[in-house]
Amino acid sequence: MNQMPALLSIITFTPLIGVILLLFMNKNNHSVLRGLAMVVTLITFLASLPLVTGFQTNAEFQFVEMVPWIAAGPFQMNYHVGIDGISLWLVILTTFIMPIAVLSTWTAVEEKVKEYMVCLLLLEVGMLGAFISLDLFLFYIFWEVMLIPMYFIIGIWGGKRKIYAAVKFFIYTMVGSLLMLVALIFLYFKAGAGDFNLLHFYQVALDPATQTWLFLAFALAFAIKVPMFPLHTWLPDAHTEAPTAGSVILAAILLKMGTYGFVRFAMPLFPDATEQFTPLIATLAVIGIIYAALVAMVQEDVKKLVAYSSVAHLGFVMLGVFALNQQGVAGGMLQMLNHGVSTGALFLIVGFIYERRHTRLITDFGGLSKQMPIFATVFMIVTLSSIGLPGTNGFVGEFLILLGAFESKLRWYTVIATSGVILSAVYMLWMFQRVMFGELNNPKNQTLKDLNAREIAIMVPLIILIFVMGVYPTPFIDKMNPAIDRMIQLSKTKQAARLQQQVPAVLPQAAPLAAPPVLEMK
Amino acid sequence: METLVMPAINFAAIMPETILSIVAMVLLLLNVFVPGEQKAYLAYLSFIGIVVAFFSVVSGWNAPLALQEGFNGSVLQDNFSLFFKAIFLVSAGLAVLISDHYMAKEECNHGELYPLILFATAGMMLMASGTDLMTIFLGLEVLSVSLYVLAGFNRSDIKSNEAGLKYFLLGAFSTGFLLYGMALTYGATGTTKIAKIAAAAAMDGALANNPMFVVGMLLMAVGFSFKIAAAPFHMWTPDVYEGAPTPMTAFMSAGPKAAGFAAFIRVLVVAMPTLKADWSDLLWILAVLTMTVGNIIALSQNNIKRMLAYSSIAHAGYALVGFTAGNGEGTAGILFYMLSYAFMNIGAFAIIILVGKKGEPNNNVEDYAGFGVKHPVLAMVLALFLFSLAGMPPTAGFVGKFYLFSAALKSGYVWLVVIGVLNSAASVYYYLRVMVYMYMKDPVEEFDWMKLSPAVLLSITISVVGVIVPGVVPSIILQLAQKAILL
Repeated sequence: MNQMPALLSIITFTPLIGVILLLFMNKNNHSVLRGLAMVVTLITFLASLPLVTGFQTNAEFQFVEMVPWIAAGPFQMNYHVGIDGISLWLVILTTFIMPIAVLSTWTAVEEKVKEYMVCLLLLEVGMLGAFISLDLFLFYIFWEVMLIPMYFIIGIWGGKRKIYAAVKFFIYTMVGSLLMLVALIFLYFKAGAGDFNLLHFYQVALDPATQTWLFLAFALAFAIKVPMFPLHTWLPDAHTEAPTAGSVILAAILLKMGTYGFVRFAMPLFPDATEQFTPLIATLAVIGIIYAALVAMVQEDVKKLVAYSSVAHLGFVMLGVFALNQQGVAGGMLQMLNHGVSTGALFLIVGFIYERRHTRLITDFGGLSKQMPIFATVFMIVTLSSIGLPGTNGFVGEFLILLGAFESKLRWYTVIATSGVILSAVYMLWMFQRVMFGELNNPKNQTLKDLNAREIAIMVPLIILIFVMGVYPTPFIDKMNPAIDRMIQLSKTKQAARLQQQVPAVLPQAAPLAAPPVLEMK
Repeated sequence: METLVMPAINFAAIMPETILSIVAMVLLLLNVFVPGEQKAYLAYLSFIGIVVAFFSVVSGWNAPLALQEGFNGSVLQDNFSLFFKAIFLVSAGLAVLISDHYMAKEECNHGELYPLILFATAGMMLMASGTDLMTIFLGLEVLSVSLYVLAGFNRSDIKSNEAGLKYFLLGAFSTGFLLYGMALTYGATGTTKIAKIAAAAAMDGALANNPMFVVGMLLMAVGFSFKIAAAPFHMWTPDVYEGAPTPMTAFMSAGPKAAGFAAFIRVLVVAMPTLKADWSDLLWILAVLTMTVGNIIALSQNNIKRMLAYSSIAHAGYALVGFTAGNGEGTAGILFYMLSYAFMNIGAFAIIILVGKKGEPNNNVEDYAGFGVKHPVLAMVLALFLFSLAGMPPTAGFVGKFYLFSAALKSGYVWLVVIGVLNSAASVYYYLRVMVYMYMKDPVEEFDWMKLSPAVLLSITISVVGVIVPGVVPSIILQLAQKAILL
């Protein structure tokens, strides 16, 4: 093992060093501030690449660091971080999106550049920390810390209804996460594990009634973040009002917190409750897919349309994850990455035209393809990827999800959800048609400039990824698979263990060697 | 004929009180004999006195029992009271540092302010270390009388007058309840010593059903609830907090509230464990009412001082959640929370003082429009305090709330905690509202009148450290708090 020590901490806290440097910079020298943020995010990205090369394809948590942190009264919290195949790609996605997000604000944000960059970098710390935490208390800290910079990003640099959107975003998320905190502490006392180590909690067998309540509390927090129907109403507001980089990060990474929370915490910790609530979650996911698609269809604002498409996409992810089989979960995980790439790209594209025209209404556009051919090409590729055209990344994820869900108990849900694929083609292509094709009759649009070098530089890595992940997704899935297997296994072994435990309780003499190991960690 | 036995006096047990009282009296004399309008030297001298008292508190930590006990068992300077004394000194110290600037600005810079703060602090200390109902009452009166004057200190301001008078009338009223409760307890048990009350109750099982004893407990609870501003005994708080000079509001919201908790905890936990079933139900109701009333009314406040007044009611409610838990973590949580609350609340008030100017207190939320643009650092610090009050990690406010709520969960009060966190979520709205104005609205004012005096800067710095350090590495203070519990 030649893993670099403390690599995860270095990656997570590099942006924090950037924040400290930024605080000492002259606030009027915008290009230096932007350049510094860019360099810091790029360094973070480069530093995260050894994670991919050094990652051993197995189910273990790797790059683990553990330092005692808080010890007081009944509590023991550790700074305990590590990644497995599930979090690996989300960490990489985060470090990959951040430089793009910074680059996209180069001309979009002219006011309070310093504060903006500080917020972006703090957000990166929070997101990375949440993905790598293996201590539930630590996870909660990062989970909450993320809220603050995002609140300011929406509230300070947002659109007309920014305050409404920012406060709504904050309160919605806060309610969910505080209930999760209650459940977390309750779980701690119930488990009696002595610390907040996630791996210890995995081994605890809880009775179904407790699981139900705890699952509900965790699921509420995560479902708000995903967001699942009917808790999604903050998302269109937040997306529409947020500045471009905020929307990109929100869509590409923050929403993944919710689905990641289900995969990492809610499902393996409470397997019986997961089984019990699968029909409910699947129903909400399918309603989300269809409803969001229908609502997206009638949107007049491109950004809002993309926001609703996010709700639909995340509905697919939830469906796949709750299929609880290899294809479904792998598809869900892959779709999380895909959604990050393609919806991130879509928000960037919306940002490009908004910067030029300061409107996002579909009716203000038309025939742009003649005026902006490069833009049209880029937009087309991203649109097709979002729809899930074979050859692009979107197809692989959606296909795996539908396959997995169809093979599971969720067969009929899948049948209905599949119509969402068609609907997504309808609203995306219809929007594309109205914006890009037709007569270029609005005089304001006749002078539009095509993408410049910076904008192309932003889009090129995303487009490359769209094709790479579409044509050759194997390396991504291969690294995930052991972790996904373990996550599925965890639920099943635990149920079996609980049944085994009940038998000797009834017939103690029949099984003198009671108390089997609750769980064999692979 | 019995020989007269002199009670063991043991000044070591009241060393911090003694130091503060002597400093206060010296300052009173200095104020008379040193002419001049500049009273800043009094602030610095009292700060030095507070620091000296703080060292005596630190040196008393873990002292042998013989040194803790004094005055024939009327005073016990145990770790519990020492931790509280540290909290009082922190709030007094911070309040003293922010006073001179404000009082000079409001042109009511009378030197008596500082001795009164010190006397009040000495009174709080007696409340925390009193092990006789009489000592607790004496401490409470020393505290209250000083506070009545401090609340009405700005003689030329009609609102300050109103605050003083209102506080005096309602305070006197609540003292009546407290005394009546103490009298009934004495009647039921024949003693005012806390340890002997507990012994009497333990000896005589029927005492738990004796109406005199139970009603005595209830009336004392009412009296203490007035002091900690628990709903429905909170009515005086908003008017007094709004009218009092801002540094005194800051002081009152942190120190005396903690003192009320100290005495409340000692009386219920040590003297009346046999009535635990009764008082934990009572505290449950008080906690829910206090949190909910405080937060809901705070939501609609436009005046930031009133908003913080109602929020301080809500914070007393969170502390009551820990009290309801009735376990060691709950008490430790209250200790930690009261300390954090002193830092974050007085810190917030320090900045509120800076934003105000003579004649224009600028206490409405709208007055903060664009503050973040004009004074980014101060606004960031205020935002930090507000986030801490809202309970966001990584601040002391979060750790404190976490500890209080987990104590209640440990004792099985799940619904109480759920109500608590929902309240906490609602409270976020009004703290965010200030930030909305600071950062998301365009500036109306230039805020060019603000100047940072060294004393205010020092108090803000101490507060920032006191909010961040226990938030990131809470172990040390939490462990100290765990050692200071009574159970």
